[in-house]
Amino acid sequence: MGLLEAIIISVIAASTPLLLAAAGELVVERSGVLNLGTEGMMIMGAACGFAGAYFTGSTLIGALCGIAAGAALSLVFAALTLGLAVNQVAAGLALTILGVGLSGLIGAGFVGERITPAPHLYLPVLTGIPVVGKILFGQDGFVYFSVALVVAIWWFLYRTRAGLILRAVGDSHTSAHALGYPVLKIRLLAVLFGGGCAGLGGAFLPLAYTPFFIPGMTAGRGWIALALVVFSSWLPGRLAAGAYLFGAVTILQLHAQAFGLGIPSQLMTALPYLATVIVLVLISRARGSAGSVAPASLGIVFVPDR
Amino acid sequence: MQLVLERRAERSTKIAILSPLLAIALTLVTMSILFAILGKNPAMALYVYFIEPLTDSFTLMEIAVKATPLVMIAIGLSLCYLANVWNIGAEGQFIMGAVCGSYLAVVTNGTDPGPWVLPAMLLMGALGGALWAMIPALCKVRYGANEILTSLMLVYVADLIMDYLVRGPWRDPQGMNFPTTASFDPVATVPTLFETGRIHWGALVALIVVALAAVMLGRTIKGFEIRVVGAAPRAAAFAGFNSKRLVLFTFAVSGALAGLAGIIEVAGPVGVLQPGISPGYGFTAIIVAFLGRLNPVGILIAGLFLALTFIGGEGAQISMKIPLDLTKVFQGILLFYVLACDSLILYRIRLIASPKKAIHGTA
Repeated sequence: MGLLEAIIISVIAASTPLLLAAAGELVVERSGVLNLGTEGMMIMGAACGFAGAYFTGSTLIGALCGIAAGAALSLVFAALTLGLAVNQVAAGLALTILGVGLSGLIGAGFVGERITPAPHLYLPVLTGIPVVGKILFGQDGFVYFSVALVVAIWWFLYRTRAGLILRAVGDSHTSAHALGYPVLKIRLLAVLFGGGCAGLGGAFLPLAYTPFFIPGMTAGRGWIALALVVFSSWLPGRLAAGAYLFGAVTILQLHAQAFGLGIPSQLMTALPYLATVIVLVLISRARGSAGSVAPASLGIVFVPDR
Repeated sequence: MQLVLERRAERSTKIAILSPLLAIALTLVTMSILFAILGKNPAMALYVYFIEPLTDSFTLMEIAVKATPLVMIAIGLSLCYLANVWNIGAEGQFIMGAVCGSYLAVVTNGTDPGPWVLPAMLLMGALGGALWAMIPALCKVRYGANEILTSLMLVYVADLIMDYLVRGPWRDPQGMNFPTTASFDPVATVPTLFETGRIHWGALVALIVVALAAVMLGRTIKGFEIRVVGAAPRAAAFAGFNSKRLVLFTFAVSGALAGLAGIIEVAGPVGVLQPGISPGYGFTAIIVAFLGRLNPVGILIAGLFLALTFIGGEGAQISMKIPLDLTKVFQGILLFYVLACDSLILYRIRLIASPKKAIHGTA
């Protein structure tokens, strides 16, 4: 395997948790809810995912545990923001603080333990394609799932009636309510979906990326996923492009550190965070004249009148 | 049967006073259940967490030491949140304040520069925090970039800058390769208030900050402007208030306060610049700001309470082997309950017999 091939495979691996979490958050924000708790849901997904895989020896059960943990945490968020009309920014921050604490509590017993990483699934025939075959079709199950997820979300949002209703709820909850759509119920489902995706994205880290759990191992990936949704202009296709771009930045800095170009390692480690700030500035500036493309009801609480 | 939320005709003053107490009570109940799950005696754990630190003069002073940075940061954040500006990167501003202030302590180390050093360090700290906060503020005002994400990303960057400095150029040559600067000279150290204990002049600075904030919010045009821009942006625009300038102002003030808290922490209780100078003060201060319901006096009380949980958590870890992460869980749960109870100020929950089918359109 050549160096280039190895780099591409590691870029895909670094992008996958971002893509999973950001895809879920995209659906949540399209429904008009801003859940800033992605980081907390991801780290809980990582801790519970590891626990599940550790006890059962099954990556699949680990992944399901991660999804369940993320969804459970998002349910708390939904109860507050949808049920009690709490400010979404504050509730999202609370979710992250809670998730980081809980994951430390759950994961404390697993620090230093190892599990078997998720197996790579080599798709027959397709792997035989020269050059790209091994790269594109020799990944683990999470990678295939994340790509399928983005395609499914695109199809759902733009090709189904339910997706149209979800977008309507996000763009004007009052109009959607007046038309008779159950705004809060639709948002609840979106938030749970987003929580499950974030949990799965977090679970990817100990199940496939590194075969062990470290407290705080998400290292801000949840926040980068949130930035990716802004970067994508809430479009699934651009979201995938953005996720792979960020994965590439992460891997690039790792390789640059290995070469030791005399640049402080801390500067290289800071690159993904700096890149996020720069990208947010560029994308916001470019949009300046065109006006905001965010869902119009994003982050605004809704209390149905009777 | 269905629970629905109904807007009150006017905000309930009674619940506004009761809600933080209710939130704390609910948190204690939840914590008791958690303790029981962890196999610890809930009554004893609650005692170790919340009562024992209050029975000893040493731990009482430690609470004041921990509350000092929390209160200073939270006061700044409350100005932001009142104006609907979401600075959540106070942790980074705290670190940059510590770094900028420490610069003077590091370069003058061992030269006996005179009494000007400490005031200059405090000034540099406040300036460093304010400048670091200006990055997300300018990105928002100039380009419309979301300040929540940019201010948070800069926390990681600030942490790495400090890491680089204490492992590289600023590392103590006599420090056996530990990532830390040399101990600050006495002249570059915030003096303690009493002969014993670690409580220092920073605690008084925090009290002054609380008083100044109370005067500004209650008695000045600027305070009024902050409230109006946050509560009614359109009305504020008609009144001629410049919301962009207010974003810069609130970010600068909160950054300066976080930076000042950072350098006071480093030049006071810690005494050196090293990784881990903050156990998440910048994030806990967000909880302090909300628990104190964005009111200066409330923040003072809330800061002392959360400082108690830090000290109690350390005590519980030593005497009952309760994991330290439980303190974070506690803080997260508390913030949830505070937000939920605050919702009852504006809304009431009503139980209605059957939902009107017409609302859902599924009749």
